[in-house]
Amino acid sequence: MKARAFSYFRAATIDQALDAHARAGDDARFIAGGQSLVPALSLRLQAPRLLIDITHIEELRGVRREGGYLRIGALTRHCEMLSEPLIAEFAPLLHAAAPFVAHPAIRNRGTFGGSVALADPASEFPAMTLALDAEIEIAGPSGSRRVKADDFFVELFETALQPGELITAIYVPLFKADQRFAFDELARRRGDYALVGCGMLATCTGERIDDIRISFFSVGNTPTRVKGAEATLIGSRLDAERIAAAQAALEGDLAPPDSDDVPPAMRLHLARVLLGRLLGRLGEGA
Amino acid sequence: MSAPLTSLDRPNSYIGRSVPRPNAKRLLVGRGRYVSDLRLPRMLDAAFLRSPHAHAKIVAINTEQARALEGVHLVATGEDLAKICTPWTGTLDHFKGMTSAPQLPLPLDRVVWAGQAVVAVVAESRAIAEDALELIEIDYEDLPVVVDIDRAREAGGPLINPGSVNNTCFRAQLDNGAVDDAFAHAAHVVEEEFSFGRHTAVTLEPRAIVSDYDPAADALTVHHATQTPYQFQDLYSRHYGIPEARVRVIATDIGGSFGMKLHVYHEDMAVVGLSILLGRPVKYVADRIESFVSDIHARDHRVRARMALDAKGEILAMDVLDLTAIGAFSTYPRTSVVEGNQVIRLMGAPYRFKNYRATLEVIFQNKVQTSQYRAVGHPIACAVTERLVDMAAAKVGLDPFAIRAQNVIADDAYPQTSPTGYRFEALSHQACLKRLHEMMGYEALRAEQADLRERGIYRGIGIAAFVEITNPSPAFYGVGGARISSQDGAILSLTPSGEIRCLISVTEQGQGTEAIISQIVADQLGLAQEHVKVITGDTEVTPHGGATWACRGAGIGGETALQATRVLKRNILEIAALILQEQPSALDIIDGEVVDAVTRNQRMPISEIARIAYFRSDTLPPGTQAQLTVSHHFAPQGYPFAFTNGIQGCSLEVDVETGFIKVLKHFIVEDCGRVINPMLVDEQLRGGIVQGLGAALFEECRYSETGQLMNGSLADYLVPMPMEMPDIVIGHVETPTADTVLGAKGVGEAGTAAASACVLNAVNDALTPFGATINSIPITPTKVLKALKRF
Ligand SMILES: Cc1cc2nc3c(=O)[nH]c(=O)nc-3n(C[C@H](O)[C@H](O)[C@H](O)COP(=O)(O)OP(=O)(O)OC[C@H]3O[C@@H](n4cnc5c(N)ncnc54)[C@H](O)[C@@H]3O)c2cc1C
Repeated sequence: MKARAFSYFRAATIDQALDAHARAGDDARFIAGGQSLVPALSLRLQAPRLLIDITHIEELRGVRREGGYLRIGALTRHCEMLSEPLIAEFAPLLHAAAPFVAHPAIRNRGTFGGSVALADPASEFPAMTLALDAEIEIAGPSGSRRVKADDFFVELFETALQPGELITAIYVPLFKADQRFAFDELARRRGDYALVGCGMLATCTGERIDDIRISFFSVGNTPTRVKGAEATLIGSRLDAERIAAAQAALEGDLAPPDSDDVPPAMRLHLARVLLGRLLGRLGEGA
Repeated sequence: MSAPLTSLDRPNSYIGRSVPRPNAKRLLVGRGRYVSDLRLPRMLDAAFLRSPHAHAKIVAINTEQARALEGVHLVATGEDLAKICTPWTGTLDHFKGMTSAPQLPLPLDRVVWAGQAVVAVVAESRAIAEDALELIEIDYEDLPVVVDIDRAREAGGPLINPGSVNNTCFRAQLDNGAVDDAFAHAAHVVEEEFSFGRHTAVTLEPRAIVSDYDPAADALTVHHATQTPYQFQDLYSRHYGIPEARVRVIATDIGGSFGMKLHVYHEDMAVVGLSILLGRPVKYVADRIESFVSDIHARDHRVRARMALDAKGEILAMDVLDLTAIGAFSTYPRTSVVEGNQVIRLMGAPYRFKNYRATLEVIFQNKVQTSQYRAVGHPIACAVTERLVDMAAAKVGLDPFAIRAQNVIADDAYPQTSPTGYRFEALSHQACLKRLHEMMGYEALRAEQADLRERGIYRGIGIAAFVEITNPSPAFYGVGGARISSQDGAILSLTPSGEIRCLISVTEQGQGTEAIISQIVADQLGLAQEHVKVITGDTEVTPHGGATWACRGAGIGGETALQATRVLKRNILEIAALILQEQPSALDIIDGEVVDAVTRNQRMPISEIARIAYFRSDTLPPGTQAQLTVSHHFAPQGYPFAFTNGIQGCSLEVDVETGFIKVLKHFIVEDCGRVINPMLVDEQLRGGIVQGLGAALFEECRYSETGQLMNGSLADYLVPMPMEMPDIVIGHVETPTADTVLGAKGVGEAGTAAASACVLNAVNDALTPFGATINSIPITPTKVLKALKRF
């Protein structure tokens, strides 16, 4: 299929981009890596009048430390999650998740900001912003604001972003010496969207878990933190019994959707298996 | 490796050599010319509006707004095309009693599957044509949808074709020997019900066609991504009433076909009609979603089968019921019953028993048509037989290798007739079994499996023997009234510069046909391979022949090339003998030089013979007419099919917590007769195995209860990818057919024939400690976890 005809505007600044969007009466889409938008246009699932290319806006680029955070520009590409030393050092969970996102050709173009803005419940990065307690920086007609990842993902493909607003950067708290992380997913083929995926970040004193954030993807309408499971683990040591308790808690945390080939009970089972394996690795100091 | 036709150290001895294919570089550097690359002057693009319903009456079609859109040249409905195209019916006479409703390019009053093309738009660009599709309104009235095979068979249930008595397309029965008696006296009986999901070919290049009708000459040129240009020349001629000689079908570079591109598709027929209506070239390229809902699907069988054995594990009998659902029509012109027919005839093929009974029932339903796709019927017959053999082995207490060794037809016992009536010239099951056992390191694999099991790691080992149908004679289609050739033709010329041009009717879809033909010609003539140019796929220049279907390119096309080359060589040597004042029998050709047959001393280059014959014929003796172009046809005779055989092995690991399966290593020992190019044969085996592993583990067209295809994209329909594929170890046994000089049989389907059976056996082997079994393909994590009762 071929996309319907549209106009194209290349923005040089954030203001230009916001302005163009407003002037198009919001019948417009920002385009970053295009790895989700272009297929949607080709399938005629979306047919905006105007595409606003944001890939030439310098302010959306770059990865740098800012206070206790790593500021990751919205245009940071998936492949840079693998190659950028600052990410490997200060946001290793993103570095660990990146190889599981699609394939090299897509990682060369797809952007962090685009992935978070789209908020696909099966995507790795949006879920990891939850595990990382990240903050999303948004620019809009009425100025700039920062929204906690916990408040960002609202419903299926629905976020705190208002029409015409732009993600400018994602702020990730710097990884610390007393923290551990783990990531994995169960996908039929390497690079596919997973049947179930999970990432976690724990703060520990010796063997005791002081705090842990666990986030699943491909389990519902949004990326999902499993607070029940987290609660069973906080303040205790990771042993077989605790892990089993956390696995059992998932029943209350998750309500997987019905799909034609993966029944909800099976997805819940897989989530339990994956959680068990990841907590096991976390316990080994992975 | 094997005894070649001619000693490999002689110059130009290419048969048996792994030479690279001459066209590979051109394709790799992006110089291929596919139909979708074509841009003809005044060419327009077509797009189709498709039915969202699986079964509905078309009440009204409003195309007014679409016609008015700027850039739109034609909006055509079923009625418009029915005026110029005669209907077709997908039946063949040798399938007694089969029925199917007549078909037209676009439907008149009823749609019978979701995704069926209903209205065509032709416009300046594909994008404009798609804009126009959005402006067309069709009023549908829902009719009862029949998706499920049991529902389709219910007496008094909804009918797919009004006026028919039931939804049965075809029934066939085989009954050989004394089956009831054998089961009554059997020491062991194993029985199981198997299901095989629908899947589809997923070629890299989708279906593509450019039809160019010239009203001034009443001539039609169709650039068509097909493996059978001659068949389509005939069909376009007959259904559109254009004399055959004025219809030209050109099949240029093709990005994979696997059987999918040899059937008549409604859109393709429509595009020919659209170009006739407009008098302009019209292009249509199926996009991926269209491919999923309109390319033929395959398999979709449910088989109940049982096997009787004596106390020692000797197979006594098989009894089989195969139910298969094929969509709303039988495909034209090869029908949709060939797969079922081959399923019931290939059952038990490697084995010695004689008592066999089978029933085949082919059923209509509201889905897209199924038809021939790589290894037609083989994977099903193989999986059913081989799983039953494994079940029997467990029951009798024999190792899978041992029970097969005991039951296969002995290598020295040929000719033989299979329990279903196929005649085998010479097969090599015993040699293949022995070879596989060594290649797998079977004893060590079993020991490792036992060790790992102790540690909670569940590995499975599976083997599967198979027989493949190749080199088909007219017994396949011709006898049923189909104008589908099983012979091939070649035209060979010596060029004035002393090279060879070979026009041949077999076609190239990426498998290396042109490479092996040039090997055979160079070998037989005595010339460097780079001096042989092979041209395929243009009905205006290449002679009429079967082209590519079943497995026939090397066996039949190769023999055609061999025989044609021998005739040309004789002609060349006759002229050489006149010039050199020798007897032709005293001369030979090596490396493009005429030599003394005994001393091998060079006498003169063949380029010199060409020069004299073409430019200085005055210097030849009076009355000499040099015949440096020869045409030659070859039709297979002797056995109606050249059967091949082999055996595959698989080692895999099942994650019993997640249900995921990792194939660790796959093995095959295969006997395709004379191997012309070992590298290409191995490529065929590897590719075929990967397609079989796809079927075993990933591929399935899933439908909703209302007949909607649920996974019609490459994100949802999973094909095997390199990361999931194992190393494949290949071994060969060579039993040439005596029906031809060349001795080659087919190899294109061998990999696919048994790969899924092997995986099925290996997975069941892995699950043995849990008492769980799976008899359904594809084997998904869902099925594994269900079998293990994990959720
Ligand atoms: C074959 C294939 C496989 C894939 N597999 C995976 C996978 O396994 N896991 C995974 O996570 N993803 C996968 N993807 C999606 C890929 O990661 C996308 O790149 C990503 O989801 C979107 O990023 P993008 O920069 O390409 O966004 P675009 O496609 O350009 O845009 C997507 C949406 O986000 C909006 N947008 C983009 N940037 C911004 C911004 N800065 N502010 C506000 N809105 C913005 C756009 O307007 C649009 O609506 C796959 C894609 C393909 C084609």
